[in-house]
Amino acid sequence: MIQPHDSIIVKSLGRFLIPVIQIFGLYVLFFGQYGPGGGFVGGVILGTSIILAVLTFGHNASRSQIAKKLLHGDGVGMLIYAGVGGLCMIGGGEFLNYAHLEIPGLEVASRRSLGIVLTQIGVALDVAVTAISIVFSLSAEEIIEDSLNG
Amino acid sequence: MTIAVEIVLLILLLVTAAGAILVKDLMSAILLLGTYSFFLSLVWAWLGAVDVAFVEAVVGAGLATVLFLVTLFGTAPKDSRLRRPPPPIAALFALPLLGILLLYAANDLPEFGDPNSPASSHISPIYLENSFQDSHTPNVVTSVLMDYRSLDTMVETVVIFTAGIACALLLRRKAS
Repeated sequence: MIQPHDSIIVKSLGRFLIPVIQIFGLYVLFFGQYGPGGGFVGGVILGTSIILAVLTFGHNASRSQIAKKLLHGDGVGMLIYAGVGGLCMIGGGEFLNYAHLEIPGLEVASRRSLGIVLTQIGVALDVAVTAISIVFSLSAEEIIEDSLNG
Repeated sequence: MTIAVEIVLLILLLVTAAGAILVKDLMSAILLLGTYSFFLSLVWAWLGAVDVAFVEAVVGAGLATVLFLVTLFGTAPKDSRLRRPPPPIAALFALPLLGILLLYAANDLPEFGDPNSPASSHISPIYLENSFQDSHTPNVVTSVLMDYRSLDTMVETVVIFTAGIACALLLRRKAS
């Protein structure tokens, strides 16, 4: 179990840095189509911001509750990714062929762009939740069992 | 200029890698390993592979260091000093031999940035020419990863998911 940090400097910096890191993670995630970045890096940055919150404020702080809630979402990212593939199959194409996403009013290239965005969100969720989950697994056996069972 | 920067980066890489292996304290080894990843990401950025550099900086220097540190704090304090047995004789012979073989094989690699190399003449031009018309995505790396090679990326995501599940199964226990 991780205790909250004693130093006021660390806590103040954490309060300031965590939202900045999260905004940067979202920027990297959605800017991945236009520059370096993408789902994997964005997910790691988002997960790291929440890991920083847990390391700074401890497992029991109100900021860490969101991390515990996120752990219930293990697998949602995979579901989004494979679900987009399934939607393409419903639309009449191959698995993960975004050109067959059945959205009216969009040309083929825009559909593929939308498919890239959706799957990137899936990857980012999966990576972020996995990173948080590994840190919790390594640090807090009894806490995590209590929060998952109770 | 180019050669100078590359040589400085490579020397820093070698120094940090050797330091991470040779240093006695595990905490210092972890931090040196993070530094190594950071210099490696600088090398990738210098070679023009910006996406790889980004992943290396975020995952290698950031997340992996945090995971190592959390693991170190979870283990007993007596583990934090390394006891190093002398390497076996076979390794002393086999590893330099392997290194010589790799250097010999590296002679046949194409020049960096060679337009006639197989990597840049087989299918990459098709991706580079068609990416924007096909998917309105200027970053070709993202377009290849998420569209042309989407199934591969999905299986990679499955691998990450499996790693998280395996860690949870092995490490999360009830308090006795």
